[in-house]
Amino acid sequence: MSNYQQENESLRGLAANDRDVIEAIYRDNYPMIQAFILNNSGNSDEARDIFQEAMIVLYEKATLEGFELNCQLKTFIYSVCRRLWLKRLQQLQRYSSLVENVEDMVPVEEDIEHEKHNSDFLLMETAMNKIGEPCKSLLDAYYIQKKNMQEIAGEFGYTNADNAKTQKYKCLLRLKKLFFAQYKNGQ
Amino acid sequence: MDELLLIEAVERYLKDEMSAQEKTFFEEIRKNNPAVDQMVVEHTFLFNELEKQSNVKAYKHSLYEVESKLAEEGLISKSQLKGKAKVVFLWRKYKKNIAVAASIAVLVSLVTTGLIITYNNKVGNTAVTDLIGKIKNTEIEVGKIKDSLKANKIIRETPKPDFRATGFLIDGKGYLVTNAHVVNRMKTIYVENNKGEYFTAVSIYTDPEADLAVLKITDTAFKTMINLPYSIKKTNAELGEQIFTLGYPRNEIVYGQGYVSAKSGNEGDSTAYQLSVSVNPGNSGGPVLNKNGEIIGIITSKNSVADGVVFAAKSKNIFKLLDAVKKDSDTLNIKLPANTTLKGLEREQQVKKMEEFVFMVVGN
Repeated sequence: MSNYQQENESLRGLAANDRDVIEAIYRDNYPMIQAFILNNSGNSDEARDIFQEAMIVLYEKATLEGFELNCQLKTFIYSVCRRLWLKRLQQLQRYSSLVENVEDMVPVEEDIEHEKHNSDFLLMETAMNKIGEPCKSLLDAYYIQKKNMQEIAGEFGYTNADNAKTQKYKCLLRLKKLFFAQYKNGQ
Repeated sequence: MDELLLIEAVERYLKDEMSAQEKTFFEEIRKNNPAVDQMVVEHTFLFNELEKQSNVKAYKHSLYEVESKLAEEGLISKSQLKGKAKVVFLWRKYKKNIAVAASIAVLVSLVTTGLIITYNNKVGNTAVTDLIGKIKNTEIEVGKIKDSLKANKIIRETPKPDFRATGFLIDGKGYLVTNAHVVNRMKTIYVENNKGEYFTAVSIYTDPEADLAVLKITDTAFKTMINLPYSIKKTNAELGEQIFTLGYPRNEIVYGQGYVSAKSGNEGDSTAYQLSVSVNPGNSGGPVLNKNGEIIGIITSKNSVADGVVFAAKSKNIFKLLDAVKKDSDTLNIKLPANTTLKGLEREQQVKKMEEFVFMVVGN
């Protein structure tokens, strides 16, 4: 169906961090999710949270190789939000039967997978926080902010880019140790 | 093989920066040495995770930006109080408890006010200094020279300030918040932005109790600024929360960072925080922000005896202040910034985005 094709196209835009695509998805789906959460003992802050989480699930799906939507994007987002909200309600013990306003839904058990991804992401973040300065800033500048080595050398006061590079690799090895130590603990 | 060399090799291999010859050599080593191969796998995994982290961070930032744009438009509802029915329900449920709690609160507050009054009379307030800065003559000369350089642009009266402090915009139409003790000492008030442009301003309201004042830039040269990047927090900051501040202890904007060290200010003043951050005279009236770019307080004073003990009025006071301003005059329409666009950004970028909204307040 051409509609799905179009939506799969926009998912590729999402994976490439295209602001316009993100905005369009918000515009098309946010009001529905907000109404759903408000009708089910949530408030607007919680609606924002849940929608954001769903957008991250969507991003993770979209960046997976060969991922294709096989239902409407709207349905997918609704189902993910519904699941996330149910879980949140259970945690808060505010659970009461949900008021449904959209009939069709897809099962999204896979969001357990999302949690795993999420914790990988957290592992990297905690490892980064543990290595200390100047390693943290150095790695952040190169790998997260994507600055070039010349720029970094100037900023961190290294005499040349080669020195900065050697330092960067030393830091990387430390990061690796911390990361895998946590990774093994987690499993 | 040295691990340091290996990790470098893996990175170049993954980025496809190796020459064909190098590549074959590298793949050869990998094939023949399982330990090396294992390390290559690990490094590849690490690089992928780093890459993922970078992408997710950038994506999250886009989400925040889209969100605050749409909130501005009204598509996304801003946080609000819940419906009336719920309040009534809660009231019925907790009526008795509230009554008991209220009477205890009244009793406690009476006793503490009594204690504070007697204590205050004995001790006095000498240990706390206001953070308004005196400007040295040399700096005034510098200001003069700076102004004479600009003189060919617009001829105007050169301010010869005696005092210096900090203020920040709460509405792009030219409304600033600063300290009351700053404004009280100035007959004429000027504000200067980080580009060195002076504007005349007047004080439209002061609240000596919270030590806050609202200034209005009256200068016709001032152009309304849009998109204030920070918001003002309605709730209290947490103990230990990381904070940062911008201010003008010198002629140039200065950044400082620290943490919330107590939830109350000088002598248990619950409308203020105690912070641990390094500030100097001139920082008075400067905004205190949390990591999300929400203003949680306004620097007011520091303990002149103990090091690093700084007091800041809570941001809640700004809302109270504005209610009072509105009561005073119905015509003023000050709209506080509702959303922060600084969330999820690195600190350098946060500062860059907001520094033009923080002003030096000078006067004599």
